[in-house]
Amino acid sequence: MLPSCIRTVCKNQIRSNKALGLISKSGYATEATFETKPYRLHRLEQSPSTTVTLTKEDAIKYYTQLHTIRRMETTAGNLYKDKIIRGFCHLYSGQEAVAVGIKATLRPYDAVITAYRAHGWAQLMGVPPLGVLAELCGRQNGCARGKGGSMHMYCDHFYGGNGIVGAQVPLGVGIALAAKYNGTDGVCITLYGDGAANQGQVFEVYNMAKLWNVPCIFVCENNGYGMGTSAERAAANTEFYTRGDVIPGIWVDGMDVLAVRECFRFAVDFAASGKGPLVIEAATYRYSGHSMSDPGTSYRTRDEIQEVRQTRDPVTSFKEKIISSNLVPADEIKKIDAEIKATVDEATKIAKADKEIGLDELSADIYSLNLEPRIRNVDPFTHLVHKRIGPAVNFK
Amino acid sequence: MATIKTKNMLAKVNSVIARRTFSTTKPAAAKQMTVRDALNSALDEEMERDERVFILGEEVAQYDGAYKVTRGLWKKYGDKRVIDTPITEMGFAEWNSGVGIATGAAMAGLRPICEFMTFNFAMQAIDQIINSAGKTFYMSAGRVNVPIVFRGPNGAAAGVAAQHSQCYGAWYAHCPGLKVISPYNSEDCRGLLKAAIRDPDPVVFLENEILYGVQYPVSDQALDKNFVIPIGKAKIERPGKHITLVAHSKAVDISLEAAKELAGKGVEAEVINLRSLRPLDTDTVAQSVAKTNHLISVEQGWPTCGIGAEILARIMESETFFHLDQPAIRITGADVPMPYAKTLEIAALPQPKDVVEAAKKLLKIK
Repeated sequence: MLPSCIRTVCKNQIRSNKALGLISKSGYATEATFETKPYRLHRLEQSPSTTVTLTKEDAIKYYTQLHTIRRMETTAGNLYKDKIIRGFCHLYSGQEAVAVGIKATLRPYDAVITAYRAHGWAQLMGVPPLGVLAELCGRQNGCARGKGGSMHMYCDHFYGGNGIVGAQVPLGVGIALAAKYNGTDGVCITLYGDGAANQGQVFEVYNMAKLWNVPCIFVCENNGYGMGTSAERAAANTEFYTRGDVIPGIWVDGMDVLAVRECFRFAVDFAASGKGPLVIEAATYRYSGHSMSDPGTSYRTRDEIQEVRQTRDPVTSFKEKIISSNLVPADEIKKIDAEIKATVDEATKIAKADKEIGLDELSADIYSLNLEPRIRNVDPFTHLVHKRIGPAVNFK
Repeated sequence: MATIKTKNMLAKVNSVIARRTFSTTKPAAAKQMTVRDALNSALDEEMERDERVFILGEEVAQYDGAYKVTRGLWKKYGDKRVIDTPITEMGFAEWNSGVGIATGAAMAGLRPICEFMTFNFAMQAIDQIINSAGKTFYMSAGRVNVPIVFRGPNGAAAGVAAQHSQCYGAWYAHCPGLKVISPYNSEDCRGLLKAAIRDPDPVVFLENEILYGVQYPVSDQALDKNFVIPIGKAKIERPGKHITLVAHSKAVDISLEAAKELAGKGVEAEVINLRSLRPLDTDTVAQSVAKTNHLISVEQGWPTCGIGAEILARIMESETFFHLDQPAIRITGADVPMPYAKTLEIAALPQPKDVVEAAKKLLKIK
């Protein structure tokens, strides 16, 4: 790595993120190097590197993940407009690089918890497309059998999916506390938005996480708006990565998956090696409104949205990067796109045709150890019967 | 490993037994134990039994607990397992965040015991108790159970005025997904706290500050390390045949006092100690009413939408209704915020005489 040399010789190339690296016999690279935007640091001497390398294998992996989330969210938006998805639906389109970049750095035993903009995370943490789509449609093949919906998807080491703004942040500190209690070097990635970042409970747990040296990595996904309120109108201090006060913080370009990955390599290592919590602010953007009931255009201009789409889209800009650096040929990308389309379309078809669980499951899994002799029904004349179906992972 | 308290108690037991062999009077009662010591010993034994069990709360560690329920535990188990939290609401519970942290730890497989200085402070944290702890198992279709215990004093104390005297039994018993216990005496506290800690679901354990210092007899069986009382089952504290009095926590005391007075008038009241509010053991109440044909529910909490309201509604809706010779009624706290002035405070809460008068009315005795 000769960062200064690259900088002087290839200034323009860096700006357009062209890559330099090993070129294989076929003319395609097996590895490429890029420069990221600089990080902003709070109470940190060391910084994640702005020079990042990418292997072909990883390029394909991240692109696939990014594009799959994008496609799934677009599908979810359409299903909502068709009234097949009901209630709340908060789309992640535009923010994919944050999740994909973070996931690339996690060990299998690290945990993640987020709020309700969770579909992308559910997939990355292990819920297959059908599990997500069927859950959104409220059907039995959903990862929560259709009982949770958009905001309540769970799988191993992924604790949802939480509906109450900010409540997931203390939960995340608790999960990280458990990792430390059990003597592992596991961390918990605890995500929240710029809106939640002003909540009292967040500051209470900043204090406790720092006091007790808990391996919780707080991640503020700053997409610029808390519902319809811009960050500037909601926060007296919009430098969210500094809001942890004595907790060190980093600002990262959340639209660049490689910057996010590099930042979190640093963060996970920091927390896992016992140095305590961090507050990461990932500057990102959401194309949709806050949720499907918000068109998202009353508080921002269409020009603004278009500008981000054209210049900073996390999926297309990554695609351009890996093609122009000769890492992945364009027709391989096309093939991947087609495969993703086929996978998501197939899952959508199955989800739409899938049934809901039976009414007998209305009273299933209220308790992991039910002690009620009868579950009261709507009327006093008949009663419901409690059933146990799910795995109750903390039962023993 | 016997605590100092247990050793003293065993010494007392030995001296009682020794006395028995020389005494011609009736043998002394079984061992006596305060409610505080009952809770303390249960916590100690369960922490020893399961390494995943730990305690968090305000002043639980170095201060030995605001009401000394956790006395000695920090010294024995250390910082890792008895954690002092700052006074913050959302974070812990009075300290919503603290309760949130504990709930997250339970989701990740530990067995936290969250102490509230009083349940009045839990209102700040109630989102975590109900939305995070209570509902997660259902929302995840049975994947993530939350094995947590929330415990602390509930209801009226003495002279602490309106913001520190509310009973939350009805609030928590209202919510499916939670289990709610309201123990009365030392045996109840030992057996039910152990059951709560061992239970894989979130349990709200409502103690009573006035009862902490009261001694009650404790059987040998209750001193056993594996003594567990089933959650959701009421106990007949005092059998009777003329009228049923059903109560929880301090109100059991009030009902037993009333029963004593009624006995003097030839009325044998059956006193039921609910022990749990969710599940609510209406089967035991129904069986009793089928025998006595009269029912009074006694509680210290407010009347509107309270525990008594629930009991009466269930009796009304079932065939037990037909066993009643008189309408079932409730004796409750007065529907006012708790005043500070002493005589007003007494008037705001049900006294044994209130239960006695009500019983006489129902039974049509002078």
